[in-house]
Amino acid sequence: MALKGTRRNDIKLIAGLLLAAGILALFLHFTRTAGGSVRIEQDGVTTAVLPLHEDTRRTIEAESGTNVLVIQDGAAWVEEADCRDKICVRQGAIRYTGQSIVCLPHQLVITIENGADTPFDAQTH
Amino acid sequence: MDAKKVARYGLLTALALVLSWLESLLPSPGIPGVKLGLANLVVVFALYRAGWLPAVVLSLVRVLLVSFLFGNGVSLAYSLSGAVLSLAVMIPLKASGKFSETGVCTAGGVAHNAGQLIAAVVLLGTTRLSYYLPVLCVSGTFAGAAIGLAAAELIRRVPDRF
Repeated sequence: MALKGTRRNDIKLIAGLLLAAGILALFLHFTRTAGGSVRIEQDGVTTAVLPLHEDTRRTIEAESGTNVLVIQDGAAWVEEADCRDKICVRQGAIRYTGQSIVCLPHQLVITIENGADTPFDAQTH
Repeated sequence: MDAKKVARYGLLTALALVLSWLESLLPSPGIPGVKLGLANLVVVFALYRAGWLPAVVLSLVRVLLVSFLFGNGVSLAYSLSGAVLSLAVMIPLKASGKFSETGVCTAGGVAHNAGQLIAAVVLLGTTRLSYYLPVLCVSGTFAGAAIGLAAAELIRRVPDRF
């Protein structure tokens, strides 16, 4: 089947977008580093910075709702939330610098940072 | 505006609203921002059948109604920036004549997701969401292409008098 001009352009566009996403994903994958600390931001204001290598469990309360953050074995995740969609819970665990969990209804951002308070350059498990 | 136009735009708005509601019933894939964008079917249909201005008005009315009915101020900001950026990309691409409905809609889907990411960066005051861009780019491409293919069929098959 001969492809018409617009059809060919469509396919080029789709291939280009997927390629761009792939290159970006590869770049982000190979430049990632294990994080050192967990920054908690509510409404754009930092409310706490916790070390990623200390296991803890913290309830983050705001007017809009509550999220339960767990830090364990160098990873952080939201275990519980009282929002409707629970997207932050299903986002799972994060451990690399720059990764974040976002809870839109509660205006909450949990980000992994390359914290200077890490006692080790790297950790293996 | 004659009565026929009023009826037609009313019907399209209602359709877009129903599709938004239908989509909210579908289970979420668990990744924020990843969705099909069913209501965009109607917007693209309007863009091709009635022109860019009706498509813009329809899209804005839909976003406002959906946010007032099911959402809040925050969801309004996200939807609005997605819808505006999507139209800002789709209208010139359609006008260029280089792409079919599928291509136009694919670019619109990616632009919509980019718009929502920009809104998230502004509202949450963090730029550290860039790692999320590839996910949104891929999901926008597939969702946009799927909606574009469906919209192309609609545009072809729905009788002209409509």
